[in-house]
Amino acid sequence: MGRDMSEPLLRMRGVSKTFPGVRALSSVDLTVRAGEIHALMGENGAGKSTLVKVLTGVYPKDDGKIYFAGETIAPASPREAESAGISTVYQEINLIPRLSVAENILLGRQPARFGFLNWKAIHRKAERALERIGLRIDVRREAAAYSVAIQQMAAIARALDVEAKLLILDEPTSSLDEREVEDLFDVMRRLRDRGLAILFITHFLDQVYEIASRVTVLRNGERVGECETANLPRLELVAKMLGKDRAELESGGELRTAGTKRAAPGVPADSEPTREAFFQVRGLGRRGGVEPFDLDMREGEIVGLAGLLGSGRTEMARLLFGVDAADTGQCLLDGKRFAPSSPRKAIDRGLAFCSEDRKTEGLVPDLSVRENLILALQASRGPLRLLPRKEQMEIAGRYIRALDIRTPSLETPIGNLSGGNQQKALLARWLAIQPRLMILDEPTRGIDVGAKAEIEKLVQSLRERGMSILFISSELEEVVRNCRRIAVLRDRKKIGELTGPDIDERKVMRMIAETNEGRDSRGGVPAVPNDPPREE
Amino acid sequence: MTRKGLRFRLDGGRTIWPVLGLIALLVLNLIFSERFFHLEILDGRLYGTLVDVLNQGSKVMLLAVGMTLVIATGGVDLSVGSVMAISGAVGAVLVARREIPFPALVAGALSAAVLMGLANGVLVALAGVQPIVATLIFMVLGRGVAMLITGGQIITFEDRAFVFLANGHFLGLPLTAAIVALVFAGTALLTRRTAVGLFIEATGDNETASRLCGVNTRMVKVLVYGFSGFCAGVAGLIAASNIKAADSSRVGEMMELDAIFAVVVGGTALTGGRFTLVGSIVGALLIQVLTTTMYNLGVPPAIAPVPKAALIIVVCLLQSEQFRRHFVRRRQTARPTVPETG
Repeated sequence: MGRDMSEPLLRMRGVSKTFPGVRALSSVDLTVRAGEIHALMGENGAGKSTLVKVLTGVYPKDDGKIYFAGETIAPASPREAESAGISTVYQEINLIPRLSVAENILLGRQPARFGFLNWKAIHRKAERALERIGLRIDVRREAAAYSVAIQQMAAIARALDVEAKLLILDEPTSSLDEREVEDLFDVMRRLRDRGLAILFITHFLDQVYEIASRVTVLRNGERVGECETANLPRLELVAKMLGKDRAELESGGELRTAGTKRAAPGVPADSEPTREAFFQVRGLGRRGGVEPFDLDMREGEIVGLAGLLGSGRTEMARLLFGVDAADTGQCLLDGKRFAPSSPRKAIDRGLAFCSEDRKTEGLVPDLSVRENLILALQASRGPLRLLPRKEQMEIAGRYIRALDIRTPSLETPIGNLSGGNQQKALLARWLAIQPRLMILDEPTRGIDVGAKAEIEKLVQSLRERGMSILFISSELEEVVRNCRRIAVLRDRKKIGELTGPDIDERKVMRMIAETNEGRDSRGGVPAVPNDPPREE
Repeated sequence: MTRKGLRFRLDGGRTIWPVLGLIALLVLNLIFSERFFHLEILDGRLYGTLVDVLNQGSKVMLLAVGMTLVIATGGVDLSVGSVMAISGAVGAVLVARREIPFPALVAGALSAAVLMGLANGVLVALAGVQPIVATLIFMVLGRGVAMLITGGQIITFEDRAFVFLANGHFLGLPLTAAIVALVFAGTALLTRRTAVGLFIEATGDNETASRLCGVNTRMVKVLVYGFSGFCAGVAGLIAASNIKAADSSRVGEMMELDAIFAVVVGGTALTGGRFTLVGSIVGALLIQVLTTTMYNLGVPPAIAPVPKAALIIVVCLLQSEQFRRHFVRRRQTARPTVPETG
């Protein structure tokens, strides 16, 4: 081990990668030692996957050096990286479901005699590969017959079968339940103790503290920190991921003032808890999605959902809108039971959902701006009562003016607009149905600063007109700036709510960073003074 | 302004290529065979090769109308040939019972066809079977069902009303042309004067987004297959009437491919989304003119598919933006491009 400490297995130095228009990685360093589990963390777009893809030869790097096992390497393909000793198990398990476990493990390297497959050898080798990670199953059965967790293990066995020195696990736990995660961690620890280096990509804080000895945090393509997990307070880790530095955090006052800069002047000084909630969620949940939660929505109120990537924000929105079916719980709308079983029904009840995934869940790219704008409204009218063309133009024109959507014409395919204008057009699509409750999932992602401010302003004006808005964003300052009440999520669970004018980013982060009850973690609750006196 | 108007009528420019292809073929005929454009009036009825084209092409045109909507949702319907056989078989069996009035016969045959189409739709939309697989099942199954209905025999008939369907005239033109016009106009109205067309295009372009907008994408899919079955049913009745018999084993054979060709050549992409009914009709006419031309020029039927394939390739290449950018540079400046904003 001592030798390993002096010469790390992997050193990436100053690695940069630019895609047209985006600097995905700028001079990133990453050091992983043999016999350690190293966590790689970061929010969406932080550059985690780009870094891994550069390391495994999927993308060529623009700049920088990679030293691996004492040599400089520049893998040009995943196969090259694999033969150098770098194996990867991706988030979507890439086993072929209809092939047997053995075939999957040995795919491409099947032992053969005279051109014929040697099945005995295949099964024996597969069994041995699985035994190495302590798994005994029938390798003749097809992969799909086993649980996701077992498939994950098989994928790891496959990755290790090629004499790997470094194993990259890309969000391996995101579809596993708690017990399965423990099993996986046992395997990881065993591999670590045998001297393997593991790069563990995840966004679950608890898991990082449980298993990783060091962590590298990326944000916006830059490395914002590399620390020993034992010496890294949770709050600081959360802050790093969200792009706040520690000094800013500790001087609570500064942050507080930053937090009070509201986007629109119209935010009332007093909150409005007296009004009756017209929409009440009780114990709504879905296995593998988000644990049962309660939520109240009032008219003229913006409620924020805050949490790290993968904390269950989007899953929550999808349950409310009926995109995914809930296993438990119910909603009450004006006191009447309402089971959100399809988007259609949710829309009929006055809900709207602007998805975070503009491309796959929002845009109908070949259709015109006009058609995209009226699609939800037309759908709610049914197929036969076609909005007269004149009315369509009038509605589209009105929203294009109101939201300042830049488009050459009403008939331009929406796919030709810029990201910000597409986003505004999708917002307009939902405004056109005049919903009571609007769910906005990352409404400002991937658009420029000017458009962001416009959208925030719009959201405030909608609130003033009595709309109820559920505002989801991974930009914490955005949530704090726009919302008077924030529901905080962690690890697919709503862990609490913050209300009132004294919401600030630090409080939200502390809530996210708190450990699960009863579980002792190396990180602990961070060393920030409890509720410092407020100057107000 | 005029160019804009023209472009609009031609569905954004995609239909221009099959139209040009059709014109080119007609010009070719004008040069090589003077008989092609010869028309004469006998007993107030128009006769000539062009009229034959309309009459002969009616089946593919009908299939193409239904196929257009299916393809616009991102699917395909391979079962239409077999559905034609079923519709013809039901018609022939019913006509043998003298007491059944003609409208009831038509209704019976078309109901059978629609039912087959809906079954396709249910497999695709509700059971999640790949369209090509689902309709392939019915392509094979349907012909068997048709054989069952006719008892494996070719059933002939002499019923005047039934025979009139494919051989009669209306306003001096073949009745089949009028039927095509009716189905085409009805479909155009149904899709463009209601929101059905929008829902079909939205479903084909981005199904997930459409569902999240509240569009009942499953229902849309079930219905387009049902409608394709209806069109195939009408075509099947015409085909039976044509030969005064229900020939379950041969009728409509390979016609599903002609219909798909017509739609694709007409400018509706197999990936779904935007569709053009006019384009599909033009595509069907193009195929029929080509067939007739080769027949007139004495090309042996055995090698006729070769020039047909060549023409289809040419039109498809011309439609491909990429191909044109490489080989037809001059067109590039003529096409107005939308500036990227932001």
